[in-house]
Amino acid sequence: MSGLPAIPSDRPPDRPARMTDDFVPSLILRGEHDLCPGCGEPIAIRSAVEMLDELGLTARSIAVVGIGCYTAFSSTLDVEVLQALHGRAPSLATGVKRARPDTVVVTVQGDGDMVNEGLQEILHAAARSESFTAVLLNNGVFGETGGHMTAATVIGQRTKNTLDGRDPAAHGYPIVVADLLSCLEGATYVARGAVNSAGNVARTRRMLHRALEVQAAGGGFSFVEILTMCPTGWFVDTTEAPDYLGDTLATTYRIGVLKDTAAGHG
Amino acid sequence: MTRRLMEGSEAIARAMVAAGCRFFAGYPMTPFTEVLEHMARLMPEVGGTCMNAESELEAIGMVWGAAATGTRAATGSVGQGLSLMQESLAELSHARLPVVVLNMARGQGDYFQATRGGGHGDYRHIVLAPADVTEAVGLAQLAFHLADRWRTPVMFMGDYFLAHVQEAVDPAPVHFGEPAAKDWALDGSSSGSGRAKLVSSISATKVDDPDSVDHGTHLAMIVDHVAAMAAGVEPLVESGFVADAELVVVAYGTAARYVRYAVGRLRDEGYPVGFVRPITLWPFPTGAVAEAGGAAGGVAVFELNNGQMIDDVRLALEGRVPVRPIGGVAFDESGFGISPLLDVGGISGRILEALDAPTRASV
Amino acid sequence: MTTRQITVRGTVVIDVEACKGCVLCIDACKPGVLSMTEDRNRRGYHYPELRPGCTGCRACAQICPDFCFQVWKYDEPETLSVDDEGEASP
Repeated sequence: MSGLPAIPSDRPPDRPARMTDDFVPSLILRGEHDLCPGCGEPIAIRSAVEMLDELGLTARSIAVVGIGCYTAFSSTLDVEVLQALHGRAPSLATGVKRARPDTVVVTVQGDGDMVNEGLQEILHAAARSESFTAVLLNNGVFGETGGHMTAATVIGQRTKNTLDGRDPAAHGYPIVVADLLSCLEGATYVARGAVNSAGNVARTRRMLHRALEVQAAGGGFSFVEILTMCPTGWFVDTTEAPDYLGDTLATTYRIGVLKDTAAGHG
Repeated sequence: MTRRLMEGSEAIARAMVAAGCRFFAGYPMTPFTEVLEHMARLMPEVGGTCMNAESELEAIGMVWGAAATGTRAATGSVGQGLSLMQESLAELSHARLPVVVLNMARGQGDYFQATRGGGHGDYRHIVLAPADVTEAVGLAQLAFHLADRWRTPVMFMGDYFLAHVQEAVDPAPVHFGEPAAKDWALDGSSSGSGRAKLVSSISATKVDDPDSVDHGTHLAMIVDHVAAMAAGVEPLVESGFVADAELVVVAYGTAARYVRYAVGRLRDEGYPVGFVRPITLWPFPTGAVAEAGGAAGGVAVFELNNGQMIDDVRLALEGRVPVRPIGGVAFDESGFGISPLLDVGGISGRILEALDAPTRASV
Repeated sequence: MTTRQITVRGTVVIDVEACKGCVLCIDACKPGVLSMTEDRNRRGYHYPELRPGCTGCRACAQICPDFCFQVWKYDEPETLSVDDEGEASP
């Protein structure tokens, strides 16, 4: 593209065209937020609500949202939201879905929320094969408190309270929760994506699509982990975060479908 | 009316079903366990759900989720298990969600936990304390009505005796008037409408909602709601022989059953004693206690703990009348709150000692 | 003089004031028609600008954390010839 001058991008096209994507998806009331430049969480949230929309599930959907930077979306999603406490989204989602089995229930939790505070809740919900879709936004840190170690932080990862990098002798090893969940018979669909590249975003969207399909068909517990960038929590430049994710997190948390035992798959 | 002999746990469970409870979650703990057993059997019979929660934290969480959909939902435990639920109870109060929570207590040491709340922030919730199984059947249903009417957790204070004593009761539905509409409840249908509902302790509305308020105002509204409940919930109380009493004994729950009986017998023997039995522990029947205690000039509090309700009695009397504790902590070997102090003879002795006490009101 | 063809299937409208300069869109863009400007928006961030060749693939919109892209697909694609001096013509 060298040599070609820039063309206008400040107004709609003057030739016949159709808009495929407005700035903000219809299920997000306001795009403006205070999350950091390059944060992966809005990308994941956008992907999830667009898949709800694509599958025609909107008017049945309830999101149960945990506590983290992403909590900002509780009041900006045009989706019914039940605000949960740190770690507690799976038990709340269980109550919602059992009381209203015809709804589509999606939980949204960060790694601090799910793997620290709420580890037993997600394991139990998966074991019971509760029919909701659990989304894990994994950046390996407690973002909202400023970037601290979680049970998901990888070895060597620098955080505010592991300034020399997570050292197993002092801090033990990360819990790779999706791998644990895939061992539970109650878990129907378990997948891990990421939002650090267009290819990964596309793959993640397909995983979310599949997970929601599984739920809508009555197929038991579905889970999508999404590795997200947190340049602030990682002490890296915004523009280096996508590579950092690939080099650091994605080596411990491997992208792919871990389990799919829903109808129509092996 | 068809009454049947049944233990308190079963009566409470049947009463909850009669009140329309269709979601229950619990974790076994003595003496709450039997309520869970009964609900596990009864809920499916009426198309409801009973969850065997893996922890008390998950039990209250599940009930939270069910309640958010507008379903009448309840859980319970014992004091220690309720300790685990405190964060959630505070948040449920702030989020204005109706849930019923049973404390099948071991003794009466959980009065502070129930009436002050062990959670964070400014909140109170309604607390109902029956003295016997017959009263429990009515109060268990009232709990759901009040929870819905005021959009608040309501605690039902039982104990080991209530759980296991058998009485002939008829747990038929009691009607408290038109149930409160739950237009705030979630069912997915407002998603995508531009006005999707939000159930949250942090904010009552989504962005750009015309009813949005700033966070400070939101927190102030929660406090206002507590004041509204304090003023609007009718305190329930039973009083006896207070008109010409010189000593009024205050007690609640099973302990009050014994006090009521002891006072009656002492009256037969000519002693000028009376009793006041709070039934709503919050809002506390301050007026009834103040009036009876003030007129008598002497008040004694019989509770099976180291002195908890006595604080509320003293607050009601505002220092005008001396208040003497005549209860105490006493457990048998089981530790389940079967107190050796629950003995009419012993209680009568303590009442008479308080009656003869030299310190009396001089005001 | 050599020419190459560029097929333009779509275009984007970029909300430059919403951009926080994260640069995710640059690598996400498959035809590589986005590049960061030297200019800065009101908040001080560089933001992307568009060159001919957008395919309307939506990758930018899907990866932007700040909802900066509105994506359009032309009813009729347009082919441009680009000479080696960088002059494009239909």
